[in-house]
Amino acid sequence: MSAPRLAPLFAMLVLATGLTVPTPVHAADPLIADLSKDSIEITTGFAGTDVLLFGAIEGEGDVLVEVRGPASDMVVRRKDRTLGIWINRDQVGFADVPSFYRLASSADIYETARNKTLIQQYGIGAANLDLTPIGDVLDARQASFRAGMIRNFEASGLYSEDIGGVVFLGPGLFSVKLHFPANVVTGTYGVQVFLLRDGLVVSKRNYSLVVQKIGIGAQVFAFAHKHPAAYGALAIAIALLAGWFAGFVFRRT
Amino acid sequence: MQIYLPIAEMSVNVFLLLAMGGAVGFLSGLFGVGGGFLMTPLLIFIGVPAPVAVATEANQIVASSASGILAHMRRRNVDFKMGAVLLVGGLGGSYLGVWLFGVLRDIGQIDLMIRLSFVVFLGVIGGLVLTESSRTLLRRGRKGPRTKLHQHTFLHGLPFKMRFRTSRLYISALLPLALGFVVGMLAALMGVGGGFLMIPAMIYLLGMPTAVVVGTSLFQILFVTANVTFFQSLNHQTVDITLALLLLVGAVIGAQFGARFGARLRGEQLRGLLALMVLLVCAKLLFDLITQPENIYSVGMLGSHS
Repeated sequence: MSAPRLAPLFAMLVLATGLTVPTPVHAADPLIADLSKDSIEITTGFAGTDVLLFGAIEGEGDVLVEVRGPASDMVVRRKDRTLGIWINRDQVGFADVPSFYRLASSADIYETARNKTLIQQYGIGAANLDLTPIGDVLDARQASFRAGMIRNFEASGLYSEDIGGVVFLGPGLFSVKLHFPANVVTGTYGVQVFLLRDGLVVSKRNYSLVVQKIGIGAQVFAFAHKHPAAYGALAIAIALLAGWFAGFVFRRT
Repeated sequence: MQIYLPIAEMSVNVFLLLAMGGAVGFLSGLFGVGGGFLMTPLLIFIGVPAPVAVATEANQIVASSASGILAHMRRRNVDFKMGAVLLVGGLGGSYLGVWLFGVLRDIGQIDLMIRLSFVVFLGVIGGLVLTESSRTLLRRGRKGPRTKLHQHTFLHGLPFKMRFRTSRLYISALLPLALGFVVGMLAALMGVGGGFLMIPAMIYLLGMPTAVVVGTSLFQILFVTANVTFFQSLNHQTVDITLALLLLVGAVIGAQFGARFGARLRGEQLRGLLALMVLLVCAKLLFDLITQPENIYSVGMLGSHS
């Protein structure tokens, strides 16, 4: 969707939420935002989706949006060439790695030196995520595994940074399109919106977004994990029936 | 049209899956082979996680061998006693195979093992069939020296002899037990029926009459792949029913066309073609193993099923 097409939609949202434009929002709330939907449903036809985040700010400033997916412990393995073949040799585990990471901002947050403290304090940017290795790992080794892991997530579309992705539609009005690819993990995603002015966080808002599987695919997945023995038996039964049915049909023709 | 596969947890084009099922089904009808050894690598090539590809393909083979075995049973081409002994070995081998699969996955070597096994097996089978069929093509018309029908080797000195009436054999039960075991292991680790290994072994190693070989191997494959399906589901939750069904639809239809088309081609040419295809898949797998990956780091979940 292009920005001009969004403008009427956004105007409606603004009216619905009681905001008036361009009248400044109340001083206590220099930042206000909302998501176009608060849940993503993984259905049988799911091939990824976009979620729009809209908002308004009072006065000047830059907007930064960060989304983190549910965290879990990950193991990163490194391949080395052994006898001519690339084989997993070494591994490092990391605790509580977000399964998904999106960063979008209206300005280059890495550009100005004063944003540095902000970036470090809030751990903003995939490279600055606070990830603890499991066990004793030398810093240098940890850093290379960590970078390798992030490259991996970037390649599969799970991690990305979009500097300039937050677009101002009018005075104080912004929107950002957040893409969720087909391989997203289910769970609760945290969305943080920051209003930055002169390298300081003027306002910060938290939202959450639930990614869930629904429909037949979700039932298949739940069944496979809750009743694995019955699922296995069912898989065999379906295959037998399908096979015999096919044999029967083609014997006739 | 995209479909989200619930167990593989990925979105794939339905028509791609149907076409893959159809193409492999066509080839299996054409050459009279199972097709698992081509389908599993193809699934891996399109990005299906290797463990899901292997387990799901075992499930699909249950269906294809079920449709094949009925015809063989009607024609009394199944040696049930031999099948039962093979199966005992097969159940043991496949159970151990699924367990080994879990261990390899936990240490992060399952992908490598699956790919390496395919490189070795496809390379050996493709190479053998290609030399054999090209030799036959060159030697066309000339008669080679007749080999002895039945050669006595140390294999006939093994204990636990058993009589197999349908196959007219009196051999040690250890042979079919061991053969079944190895094939069961392959079914669990590679998602193949194992016919490509079992059929030559039944003819040349056990000395079974060719008439009962296919039916008996299908009997063993049906139960062993069912066993693999069950234990892969129970231990690893890697069987994707949706994926198996989609592949099956294409495979069933493709096999019918393949069988009709195959009747018009010469045997040696067919085998030569099959060998080339097998070697091509083998080469692609090998190429992926020896070229430096784009990212030498890979990520997996720690201590969970993925």
